[in-house]
Amino acid sequence: MKKMITRRNFLKAAGVSAAALGLAACGGSSSSTASSAASSTAASSTAAKADGKVYYLNFKPEQDQDWQDLAAEYTKETGVPVTVVTAASGQYETTLMSEMEKSEAPTLFQVNGPVGLANWKDYCYDLSGSQLYGELTSDSFALKDGDAVTSIAYVIETYGIIYNKELLTAAGYKQEDIKGFADLKKVADDIQARKAELGVDGAFTSAGMDGSSDWRFKTHLANLPIYYEYKADGISSTDAIKGTYLDNYKQIWDLYITDSTCDPKLLASKTGNDAVAEFVGKKAVFYQNGTWAYNDVKDLGDDNLGMLPIYIGVDGEENQGLCTGSENFWCVNNTSSEADIQATLDFLYWCVTSETGTSAMADKMGFVIPFKKAKDSTNPLITIANQYVADGKTSVDWCFSTMPSEEWKNGVGSALTAYAAGTGKWDDVVTAFVDGWAKEYKLANG
Amino acid sequence: MQKAISKYWPIFVLPTLVAFIIGFIWPFIWGVYLSFQRFTTVSKTTFVGIQNYISVFQDSTFLHAFGFTAVFTVVSTVLINVCAFAIALVLTRGIKGTNIFRTVFFMPNLIGGILLGYIWQILLNGVLANLQRPLLALDAKAGFVGLVILMCWQQIGYMMIIYVAGLQSVPGDLIEAAKIDGANDREILFKIKIPMVMPSVTICTFLTLTNSFKLFDQNVALTAGEPANASEMLALNIYNTFYGRSGAQWKGIGQAKAVVFFLIVVVISLIQLHFTRSKEVQQ
Repeated sequence: MKKMITRRNFLKAAGVSAAALGLAACGGSSSSTASSAASSTAASSTAAKADGKVYYLNFKPEQDQDWQDLAAEYTKETGVPVTVVTAASGQYETTLMSEMEKSEAPTLFQVNGPVGLANWKDYCYDLSGSQLYGELTSDSFALKDGDAVTSIAYVIETYGIIYNKELLTAAGYKQEDIKGFADLKKVADDIQARKAELGVDGAFTSAGMDGSSDWRFKTHLANLPIYYEYKADGISSTDAIKGTYLDNYKQIWDLYITDSTCDPKLLASKTGNDAVAEFVGKKAVFYQNGTWAYNDVKDLGDDNLGMLPIYIGVDGEENQGLCTGSENFWCVNNTSSEADIQATLDFLYWCVTSETGTSAMADKMGFVIPFKKAKDSTNPLITIANQYVADGKTSVDWCFSTMPSEEWKNGVGSALTAYAAGTGKWDDVVTAFVDGWAKEYKLANG
Repeated sequence: MQKAISKYWPIFVLPTLVAFIIGFIWPFIWGVYLSFQRFTTVSKTTFVGIQNYISVFQDSTFLHAFGFTAVFTVVSTVLINVCAFAIALVLTRGIKGTNIFRTVFFMPNLIGGILLGYIWQILLNGVLANLQRPLLALDAKAGFVGLVILMCWQQIGYMMIIYVAGLQSVPGDLIEAAKIDGANDREILFKIKIPMVMPSVTICTFLTLTNSFKLFDQNVALTAGEPANASEMLALNIYNTFYGRSGAQWKGIGQAKAVVFFLIVVVISLIQLHFTRSKEVQQ
């Protein structure tokens, strides 16, 4: 007596299981590969005095090692074990979702602003009574849900148009010559026309629309028309954008793609590294990016780097400064145990007040932190940004944290790419911007 | 030997069975359960009934992705199987260097999908740029053709090996007898070889059909659904629903899409199996 599994049934089973594999794979279980898990749990846990522990799921891969070092330092000082795990670039939400399922869930995690908070507000411990909140220099760096302080920004960043001073001087201009969009266009057009003489490939680096670079335009550049519209209407978020300043958005985008190092048709495949290579290789004068990009461009020499506001041709923009804000907010997990929450709050307080903590955040991580005991950062781009504020220029807020969803950004990005290549019209960008906003807002909050 | 197997079969089956339950059955049950919930993490969920399923069919991107996937599946299944069978026929004729050819054709299959996607993206964008045509991310038709080329390149070698094995098992005496009876090459191919390799056809069409329907890596790497979701396939659509949208309700909708997707794949592959199985002949 033997039972044979027939091939027919075997294949049927295989069919079902293969399909189930697809289902399971889509269920999002890719956590183990997503995290560049470099944990530095205290080896000396036997020496631990307190019962609480800290588990920080860090968003910024650039600062992974610095956080590991700082955590080890804290453990040495207090005996409280601190684990820091950094999610791979672009994998934070995925990693956070699966980490939160664990019994040892992160006690400290991050959201990127109000829209990111919408997903996680049920997990945020109310920080309003904490010492950390007391150290904050301005209430605008905290996110609130009703009266509860759900998240606190821990790093302030700034972006604009980084430029190469040597090349701009060689072209016969200096920063003071550029006071608005018209000046910027005049200078850029002139550099573009004389590119052979100056030895560059174009005025601006390629506005790459590959996934590694498109956020500079669909998110950061798109912030400007949104900022001016909010300012004109006196609001700080909206369920339907009007697109009052979209013609200005078109102006600056046209400038980026015309006075560029490459044919606009090729932008779809240009990457972030391409733009960096062009800028560092002195093949372009202007490069839109922020203070976080310092490590990429430092080879040009600190004295050679300058930053310009992104002018888009709005009235009164001669007083416009750089774009300053944060998309890194700390949240403490309210499902953690009391002891862990307390340990986490103590750790954060130590980070932003102690000598070791503040110097590590300023010098090693290059952060400007919005806390009272902050130290000056050594990042020269931040020095430039501070100079703008000292000169009385008005910083542009980061309104992009109110963009309704990733899908909205992707829609605008696609339309921009198609417009640049000539396969789409500007009207498509307007549709994606205005109609897309209303649609996505409804889908996200409906 | 027979006796030993019938006695100890649970020991042999158990490891795989446990892995199957942990890896497939349990996540599957959870997946179905979650498709009726609203959740951010799976430990805190709220029951919402069939609301998620209603939203799935109101989502135009899902329906578009379904259409795109269906067309892609038909085209690539036919192309891959016809090409693979043709190459297998050539490579079973005993021409010089047969083994080298088989190895070379099989090699693309050893490279991962993401990697292949990026390699082909660079290649195809290079070609399109030289032809002064819009790049892959701008043209859904180019994206579609690119995906088909990529899938063919990757899968033909694998299917070819299966067909080669099938063709080699066709008994030589049958073909010889047919020749003596006066059958020409064409008749031998259609009346003897193809019916005899029907089991291989069943396996190959099953594999290509399900692989094409579930395609994800290559889609992400080659086009990422650009322009504006026009080249987005079902698996990528589900992924984007789950991770690309803000708001807790989208996790459940993504999960419901995954369940619908699962049902579609099962139904299609069962129909296909039944259909090709009925054409098989027993030796």
